[in-house]
Amino acid sequence: MRTGLIAEKLGMTRLLTEKGEHVPMTLLKVDNCQVVGTKIAEKDGYTAVQLGVGTAKVKRVSKAMRGHFAKAKVEPKKKLVEFRVSEDALLKMGEQLSVDHFVAGQYVDVTGTSIGKGFAGVMKRHNFGGLRASHGVSVSHRSHGSTGQRQDPGKVFKGKKMAGHLGSEQVTVQNLEIVLTDPERGLLGIRGAIPGHPGGYVLIRDAVKKKAPKDLPYPAALVNASAPVKEETPAPESAPTVEAE
Amino acid sequence: MNLLQTFEQEQLNKLTENKKIPDFQAGDTLKVMVKVVEGTRERVQAFEGICIARKNAGINSSFTVRKISYGEGVERVFPLYSPNIEIQLVRRGVVRRAKLYYLRGLTGKKARIAEKIVRKTGANMVVPQKQEPIVPAEPEVEAKERSTEE
Repeated sequence: MRTGLIAEKLGMTRLLTEKGEHVPMTLLKVDNCQVVGTKIAEKDGYTAVQLGVGTAKVKRVSKAMRGHFAKAKVEPKKKLVEFRVSEDALLKMGEQLSVDHFVAGQYVDVTGTSIGKGFAGVMKRHNFGGLRASHGVSVSHRSHGSTGQRQDPGKVFKGKKMAGHLGSEQVTVQNLEIVLTDPERGLLGIRGAIPGHPGGYVLIRDAVKKKAPKDLPYPAALVNASAPVKEETPAPESAPTVEAE
Repeated sequence: MNLLQTFEQEQLNKLTENKKIPDFQAGDTLKVMVKVVEGTRERVQAFEGICIARKNAGINSSFTVRKISYGEGVERVFPLYSPNIEIQLVRRGVVRRAKLYYLRGLTGKKARIAEKIVRKTGANMVVPQKQEPIVPAEPEVEAKERSTEE
């Protein structure tokens, strides 16, 4: 299992192909995605890599976190996320990941925080039908109607769908297609919509329910300049993925 | 300009590189040559009518062309920068609105648009086809009918 990537959502646009097809696309930026920490089975009981993305102002980073970043010899990051990986996909601290990690045409799952809708009624929150527009209905056209039965059971069942807070929760959208990678600027294009506001961070992983293409960089596609540690992995991978864009 | 806008601009530049889009606005009569792929064969289909609306929104720009086909009003929305279309300006029109949705309720003589007379100066001036100043929309469109089947 490979690591994923953290990306910032830039917004949606469209891609006009040479055939004249329109591809609705969400543009994402992977900004300085580096390995900040690793978890190993002997010490932590599981294997994972902790990735960081963006740049945080040093004076706004706590002393403890500064020490954590210093250990990996990376600049303070805005967002830190751990990705579970298999043992052979572990990365070294400080290595920088490239968007070539994903290949155009492959499928990914994207996790993000959905846009908050506040306190929403049942029609919006649970797709209830509401009450009728006429036939004696007054004031309560958008209400949920009955919530239960009679004296027996005499209570509202737990889990009854009612009005309440909607959105601003973690949402994962599965099987989204990668349509574009631009390693120079760290841009990723994903077909369709992904959860969250522009400017929000999302996690991109290989799709769980789709077969991965064979030419995926394993364990990860790295930016060579800053991480000359693992020479043999990024070199062959960078060639096919660049032209895919 | 943020990264998203830069990205869109780059794509626009690439799309308009070897393609000229005439300067047109609502009220102009356009002939849109649409590339149609039928199985393996590719052919060009013409759609001629009045541009009743134009949306300028970068790469999302589009325009609406309306014509009367066999007595029935037909509207088609084209993406302005689509590589599949080629726009020809047939005739300019004098209108006082940006969106001519009122034409949908009008037929025959009422749906005419007066031709704009362009002064014969300036470098990239558009020379309109020879026509009487006021032409009813219907007969003109019907003459071009046989080339289009929708």
